[in-house]
Amino acid sequence: MAALDYFRKEKLPHIWCPGCGHGAITGALVRAIEKLGLDKNKVVIVSGIGCSSRAVGYLDFDTLHTAHGRAIAYATGIKLARPDLKVIVMTGDGDCTAIGGNHFIHAARRNIGITTIVMNNEIYGMTSGQYSPMTPTGMLGTTAPYGNVERPFDLCKLAIASGATYVGRGSAYHVPLTIDLIEKALMNDGFSVIEALSGCPTYFGRKNKIGDAVQMLDWIKDQTVNVKAAPALPPEKVVGKALIGELHNAAEPEYAASYMGLVGKVQRRYDSYIGEVRECASNSD
Amino acid sequence: MDKNVKLMQGNEACTIGALAAGLDFYAGYPITPSTEIAEMCSEELPKVGGRFIQMEDEIGSIAAIIGASLTGKKAMTATSGPGFSLMQELIGYSSLCEIPIVIINVMRVGPSTGMPTSTAQGDVMQARWGTHGDHPIIALAPGNVRECFDLTMRAFELAETYRVPVIVLTDEVIGHMREKVTLPDPHSIKQVKRKAPASPAGYKPYAADPDGGVPLMAPFGEGYRWHVTGLYHDEGGFPTGKAEVADRLIRRINRKVEKNIDDIVDYASESLDDCEVAVVSFGSSAMSSLSAVRRARKEGVKAGFLRLKTLWPFPEKVIASLASHAKRIIVAEMNLGQVALEVERCVGTSASAGKSKVERLGKVNGELFHPDEIYRAIQGVASNGDASPNGDVKGSK
Repeated sequence: MAALDYFRKEKLPHIWCPGCGHGAITGALVRAIEKLGLDKNKVVIVSGIGCSSRAVGYLDFDTLHTAHGRAIAYATGIKLARPDLKVIVMTGDGDCTAIGGNHFIHAARRNIGITTIVMNNEIYGMTSGQYSPMTPTGMLGTTAPYGNVERPFDLCKLAIASGATYVGRGSAYHVPLTIDLIEKALMNDGFSVIEALSGCPTYFGRKNKIGDAVQMLDWIKDQTVNVKAAPALPPEKVVGKALIGELHNAAEPEYAASYMGLVGKVQRRYDSYIGEVRECASNSD
Repeated sequence: MDKNVKLMQGNEACTIGALAAGLDFYAGYPITPSTEIAEMCSEELPKVGGRFIQMEDEIGSIAAIIGASLTGKKAMTATSGPGFSLMQELIGYSSLCEIPIVIINVMRVGPSTGMPTSTAQGDVMQARWGTHGDHPIIALAPGNVRECFDLTMRAFELAETYRVPVIVLTDEVIGHMREKVTLPDPHSIKQVKRKAPASPAGYKPYAADPDGGVPLMAPFGEGYRWHVTGLYHDEGGFPTGKAEVADRLIRRINRKVEKNIDDIVDYASESLDDCEVAVVSFGSSAMSSLSAVRRARKEGVKAGFLRLKTLWPFPEKVIASLASHAKRIIVAEMNLGQVALEVERCVGTSASAGKSKVERLGKVNGELFHPDEIYRAIQGVASNGDASPNGDVKGSK
C-alpha cells in the first residue's frame, strides 16, 4: 500500500499554514505505518485540540478528535478496552504538556501501549501565538511580549523520568530520522513518545523574526544535535541544543497486557448473583 | 436462604445493577461518598472479563470511559460533587458525539469541598446545565437501595438506546444506606444492545432522521474507519462550518430526548388523585417526605406524594396534572430550590396556572430531612395556608 492510501484523500488539502511542519510529521507517521504494513482496520488514532490535532481527520483509520489535553486519557480507555489495537496519539506541545500534562506522565508511568507523537512548534498556533510550556526562555509570543520568562520542559527527559519505555526526538527537518523513530516507537509494546520539532512560521517564526518557512527549518536544524554525534562535539556546540535521535529504549511490562494477565488469573464462572446474571444475559440472544 | 435476597448499600446496588446491565469498563478516581462503587468494580470486573482502571483524575476517568465506549463496551464512572464538576466538559463531548456513557454522581454538599462528606442534592441543575451549550441529558434519581440497582440498569438501557450520557443522581444517604434488597431473578434480566450498522459499506456515522433520530454506532477496530470529533459535524462525522448543518445537528440531538420523554420519564406516587397538598421530592428526601405525607393523611389532611425517578428530562406532564387539583405543592429537596424552580415553571405554564402555589422546602446543612420538618410544612399550608414563604430555607436551623 502506498503512503497516500493511508489518507482520506477527499479530505485534503489540509488546513495548516504554508510552511507548517505538521504535514512533514504526519507524513513521517504514515510512512512508518506503511513500512510496518499495519492493518488500517486495527489502528486507532486519537488527538486533542490544536493545529497538530487536526491531523487525524485526514487519516484513514478509526480516528478520534477529542477535547483539549485529553487525547491520552481517551486513548487509555481504548487501549485497555481493546489491547489488540494499535493506538496512536497525535498531539502538540500545548495540548500535551500544559493542559494534558497529567495524563501524559501517568500514561508513561503505567507504560500503556500508546505511541504519542508530540508535534512541538513551541507555541499555541491555533489560538495565534501564545507561549507554551515548550517555548524557550526569552522567545516572544503574543502573551510573552517582553520575552518568555518561564523555563520550558525537556519533554523527552520528562517522558523518560515518568516511565515511558521508548523515547526519541525528531523534527520536521529530519524526516528520515523521524520516520525511523516512529517506526521503532510503534514496535514498542509500552508507552512511546516521539517529540517532533515542528516549525510555525506564521506565529512563532514571525513573532521571533526567524524568517520564512525555509529559514524556520534551518532554525530547527541549528537548534538540534544528533545524540550519537554529541559526545564527540565540544561542549559549546551541545549546550542549549535539543538532542535528536533515540534517547531511551527499555523493556518493561506493558499495562494493558499486565491487566489482561490479571483478568486471566481471576476470571471465572462463579457462584454468585453477578455471575449468574452475566451468564443468563450472554445466553439470552 | 434465597441468594437473591441481600443486605446491601446503595453504592453496592448501583454496582450490581451496572454489572447486570453488562458493564464492561469502569474508570474512576477516588472520592467519598462514591468510592465503594470503584472498589467493587475493581474486584468484580476482572472476574467477568471486564476492565477497571483508576485514572489520575475525574477528567481522565470520563475520557477513558468515552474511549472504551467507542470500542463497543458498556462503560461507566462514579463520582461526587467536585469530581462531577471536573467532568462537565466531557459530558458535553459525549452528548454531542453521541457516545453512550453512564455517570453515577453520589451527591455531597457544595459548593467546593463543603463539609465532607455530608449529604445534599445540589447537583440537579449542574447535571442538566453543567456543560456549555444546548445538549441532551438524562438524569435519574433512585429513591431507595433496590432502585439504585433498577435505575443504574435503566441508565445503561437509556444511554445505549438514545446515545446520550445518563447521570444517576444518588446522594450520600442513599449511597451508604443499607437495606434488605430482593434482586430480580437473573433469568428475567434483559440487557440492551447498542444498535450497530450491518457493514462498513456506505456507513454514515451520523445519518439519522432530523426529528430526533438515533444514528447507528459502529465500534472502533472493526473496519469502519470513522471519525469522531467534538467539532460540529456532518452526517459523515467530519467537521462543518455550515450553519444549516450545525442547526440540524444540535436540534436533532436535543430532540432525541424531547421526543421520547414519555418513554424516559418515570415517577412514583401515593394518594395523589384527591390531594390538596402535594409533596414533590426525590432521592433520600423523598423517604422523609413519604413518611410525613402518610402521617398527615392519617390525621385527615388531604396530602399526596410524588417522587421523581427521572429529573431530566423534567416530568412536566405529571406536575401540570398535579397543579389541576393540589392547591399547594411543597417541594422538599436538599438544596435551595433547584427542582422547585422547575415545578414552578411547569405549574406556571399549565392550564391551572395561578390556582396552585409552590412552596420551596430547601435544606442545605448536610443533614437529611427529619419527617417532622416536612410534616410541619404540610400542616402549616393545610391550616393557615401561609407557613412557608417562598424562597425561605426551612428546617435547616
